[in-house]
Amino acid sequence: MKVFDCPVIGRRPISEFDYVGEVRKPPMDADEASWAAYVFNRQGAPGLLREWWYHRPTGRWYVMERDTLKDEVVRFIDLEEVRYDIPA
Amino acid sequence: MPWRLLKYGLKSSHDEPRFFPESRPLKSHYDVVIIGGGGHGMACAYYLAKEHGITNVAVLEQGYIGGGNTGRNTTIVRSNYLTPEGVKFYDTSLKLFEDLSDDFDLNIFYSTRGHFTLAHTDSALRTMRWRAEVNKHHGIDSEVVDRDFIAKEVPYMDLDCAGHSPVMGALYHAPGAVARHDAVAWGYARGAYNRGVEIHQRTRVTGIRTQGDKVTGVETDRGFVSCNKVVSMVAGSTPRITSMLGLDTPIEIFPLQACVSEPVKPFMDTIVVSGSLHVYVSQSSRGEMVMGASVDPSVLHSTRSSFDFVEGLTDKMIDLFPFMSRMKVMRQWAGMSDITPDFAPIMGKTPIEGFYLDAGWGTWGFKATPVSGKTMAWTLANDRNHELIEPFRLSRFTDFDLVGEKGAASVGH
Ligand SMILES: Cc1cc2nc3c(=O)[nH]c(=O)nc-3n(C[C@H](O)[C@H](O)[C@H](O)COP(=O)(O)OP(=O)(O)OC[C@H]3O[C@@H](n4cnc5c(N)ncnc54)[C@H](O)[C@@H]3O)c2cc1C
Repeated sequence: MKVFDCPVIGRRPISEFDYVGEVRKPPMDADEASWAAYVFNRQGAPGLLREWWYHRPTGRWYVMERDTLKDEVVRFIDLEEVRYDIPA
Repeated sequence: MPWRLLKYGLKSSHDEPRFFPESRPLKSHYDVVIIGGGGHGMACAYYLAKEHGITNVAVLEQGYIGGGNTGRNTTIVRSNYLTPEGVKFYDTSLKLFEDLSDDFDLNIFYSTRGHFTLAHTDSALRTMRWRAEVNKHHGIDSEVVDRDFIAKEVPYMDLDCAGHSPVMGALYHAPGAVARHDAVAWGYARGAYNRGVEIHQRTRVTGIRTQGDKVTGVETDRGFVSCNKVVSMVAGSTPRITSMLGLDTPIEIFPLQACVSEPVKPFMDTIVVSGSLHVYVSQSSRGEMVMGASVDPSVLHSTRSSFDFVEGLTDKMIDLFPFMSRMKVMRQWAGMSDITPDFAPIMGKTPIEGFYLDAGWGTWGFKATPVSGKTMAWTLANDRNHELIEPFRLSRFTDFDLVGEKGAASVGH
């Protein structure tokens, strides 16, 4: 079984997590084409991917950077790094 | 019946000719380059030559013919989809499939089985009714059936599902079939080759050259070839090709796994799918139980298979077929599925002149092999999307005009 080595809760089996997908930043003030690109398009090609994972037993959200060719987590990302402000 | 059976059936030996020759040099220019020698690439080459007289065509395949998802799928062919666009498209394919053995003079072992999609909940049953109505409207043999009907057709199944989630009914599609996937790719390849198309195995496309917004050729690990038109038919490798052009798409790659049991005597002549349990099964002509589930939970560009998959699958399978607990899993494997957000393919022209896409086949593209080849050949020949694929154009995402096929495609294959 695959195990994530999480800096907060330690080694946990992947089956405890839900995969929520690629981390994307909304374009905020943009035309429809940019919004469509944000909503639908994805990185697609292999490489480092930042993605959301939800740990069901503790209800915590994580962002990991994973190599999608080798299936190796490179690092857990501080949520400050992906944070953005929502316009008031 | 294929004539070869009669011709050679009574002889004690005959030399089987090669389907296509050993490799030879690439030409410097082709009218059309097809990237990917799976079923789709081969079918496209075949129809380009046969129906449009376009034969200065090269199919470039990085590995061997049919070694991608074409040779990895569980070969279910059906047309009981949910959207009118999907139903029309897949039904054209099913009709083409029925004549392929004769077209090719090669037995593709097309076997009509009857396809059950089990409903274990009220909401699943509601989707079945919806699908049956859309199907019937388009003249497809498709109906919702009750437990008695299922019990008669699939007598060895535990309809109570070990008490966990009793089957309430099913969508029944009598024309649902299986076929031999390799033979489909080989038949198309031989037909294309005999009409003048070049097939180059072990030839990987490494880049696509453009001038302005127009394609001028492809880079390969065997050198550059110039061409007027390029079509990408690479299923699970699509984002690698589109990223060569800086073209973004909604496609994400998830592994899809399958396995077969040891062979046993034929007892099951239907195809059974459970969307709620996320498993499906049919029996191959060799007697193996061919089993699959839904895609792996996260993006991955790999064809590794896992123990988690077999464990999860067999747990559910034994609820439906308790006697299977005594059968051994013989082989397991995976393919890379190119999944789209609406579970419909992405086909036709792109913003780059001379670059065409046939992708987003996810877990359901084997059945589309003939119709994709045919409509993509038409699209290449006429530089205009064929009417059957217009709903599947890439620009549907910017037009907010999606083709919501999830209810019929996510596990059903
Ligand atoms: C386990 C599994 C079960 C499935 N079950 C079903 C089913 O029951 N029914 C159904 O309808 N569908 C099913 N599918 C889906 C179906 O297999 C695919 O959608 C379909 O086979 C895609 O065919 P293709 O010809 O487009 O791609 P492929 O057969 O994958 O061919 C693409 C080819 O492109 C080549 N290629 C990639 N990159 C390059 C490059 N840079 N240069 C040159 N060549 C390249 C690859 O080597 C490959 O041979 C299943 C898939 C899997 C994995």
